[in-house]
Amino acid sequence: MSTELRDEPEAVEVTPELEADAERAQARQGFLVALPALGYLILFFAVPLLIVFVYSFATRSSTGRTLLQDWNLDSYRRLWDPLVGEIALRSVVLAVLTTVICLLLSYPLAYYMATRPPKTRNLMMVLVLIPFWSNFLVRTYAWRVLLGSDGPISQLSQALGGEPIRILFTNTAVLIGLVYGFLPLMVIPVYAALERMDWSLVEAARDLYAPGWAAFRKVTFPLSMPGVIAGSVLVFIPTLGAYVTPALLGGARTTLLGDYIVSQFLAARNQPFGSALSVAVMVVMLIAVVIYFRRGGRTL
Amino acid sequence: MSVGLVPKSASERVLGATSWFVFAFLYAPIIVLTIFSFNENDNVGIWTEFSFRWYGEMFQNDAVMGALRNSLIVAVISTVVSTLLGTAAAVALEKYRFRGRTAFDGLTYLPVIIPDVTMAVMMLLFFVQLFAMLGGLGLSFQFGLGTISLSHIAFSISFVAIVVRARLGQLDPSLEEAAADLYADRRTAFRRVTLPLIMPSVLGGALLALTISLDDVVVTSFVSGPGSTTLPVYVFGLVRRGVTPLINAVSVVMLAASITLVLVSLVFQRRGDGDPGSAGI
Repeated sequence: MSTELRDEPEAVEVTPELEADAERAQARQGFLVALPALGYLILFFAVPLLIVFVYSFATRSSTGRTLLQDWNLDSYRRLWDPLVGEIALRSVVLAVLTTVICLLLSYPLAYYMATRPPKTRNLMMVLVLIPFWSNFLVRTYAWRVLLGSDGPISQLSQALGGEPIRILFTNTAVLIGLVYGFLPLMVIPVYAALERMDWSLVEAARDLYAPGWAAFRKVTFPLSMPGVIAGSVLVFIPTLGAYVTPALLGGARTTLLGDYIVSQFLAARNQPFGSALSVAVMVVMLIAVVIYFRRGGRTL
Repeated sequence: MSVGLVPKSASERVLGATSWFVFAFLYAPIIVLTIFSFNENDNVGIWTEFSFRWYGEMFQNDAVMGALRNSLIVAVISTVVSTLLGTAAAVALEKYRFRGRTAFDGLTYLPVIIPDVTMAVMMLLFFVQLFAMLGGLGLSFQFGLGTISLSHIAFSISFVAIVVRARLGQLDPSLEEAAADLYADRRTAFRRVTLPLIMPSVLGGALLALTISLDDVVVTSFVSGPGSTTLPVYVFGLVRRGVTPLINAVSVVMLAASITLVLVSLVFQRRGDGDPGSAGI
């Protein structure tokens, strides 16, 4: 607005048209600033998304090629196959378990952090962030070293006169790996919620003779709920589609959704079905995200 | 703020113990892996003596070095491009009102929340389709470092945009107004006032983009071609077959690189707002 004033030395009366013009110029400028990223995301994200959607209605020829004709719902019908149901159920159970364990481990930590002096708090936050941003593949691989039949845990167990530990390539190992991989995604939002909380409310509850546990249950926990929901969604989504962790720590007989989708493109070569699976996972994920934003989570 | 609520020391002790247990859980695998990478023995499980043998072999290994080179090329390209585009997107979303803004807002969040596997499938089908179309025009393209970079940019833009937006949202609008009052036009105000203020978050976002690019396995393995294997994809392929001391050494180097990047990124972010929590995601 001040630019207009400078361009015309004699002060101009601000008319509605002038304001509308300025607003339009602003909108145009904003659009131009957004354009490169917008264009890029449309071409290299929205269009690919659309292609997956289109492919999910395509036909698979007997040779495994995808024919973009005879559009049908066969791939979606196959989603109700018992085998698919079993894999989906296993993935969902694993994702829920991972989320619950992450919450049980994160809440005490987040609470402890939030009640420390600021300096300690920040240091602990850095300690949470370092593993989180460290290479995911390597962190998962580390568990393969740890849990191996000749790994340190097994050796320790044997040295103490116990059995060799054989949990590598089981769902337990996958669960450990997933909790390990996504734990910080729970700690961060829960901590953020607790840290922002008005602790005088807890004091008030205590002043009214609420015992510590009641004060926590009735005041602290409800107030930290947005953080808990945010963390749960943030852990649940990537866990549901996890590929690297099951591939490294899981067994051959325990296929999960991520694995299953990948195999449709590499081994089984059924791209329409793989696309339909991807679309289904995405729908579940979007529902989770909608819940997240509905419940006031903005800690992303 | 927490002074008033000193909880019972018993619960305090339980909380403290759980916290340190979680930290032990977070760091034990990293520490064990690092120790084992210095093991001289060919067999990962049997400790003989401390040596740099596997680090030496790593640098002599052409496959590892080639994959590392590919990773660095892709990471640099995708970081530079996604930082420029992501910052522009953040500025547009935070500072302007324009038609389609809401849709654009949603579009910048999607790549962050979409699972890796889905993203990988999307990019694969997209490039197959695109190359078929371009092939019809007599142009021939192949999967390789180009397709990997394009895919990495697609998911990195969003991360940069989110980090930069968080900072832009915290800025005091009166600073730009003051610049305007001093007859700076919008562009000058941005360049002289806003940009220096958001610079730490732009660098933080760039380091994040770099980390994500160096981390990615799933998307990259879908859109890579012959000879364009990146380091994580190479390691992933080997690791699926088993644990070797060479991979231990490569892993520790990758780990050290990403930890350095995180720490540098945190330093940049803290210079901006002093709240490491906001550097998280």
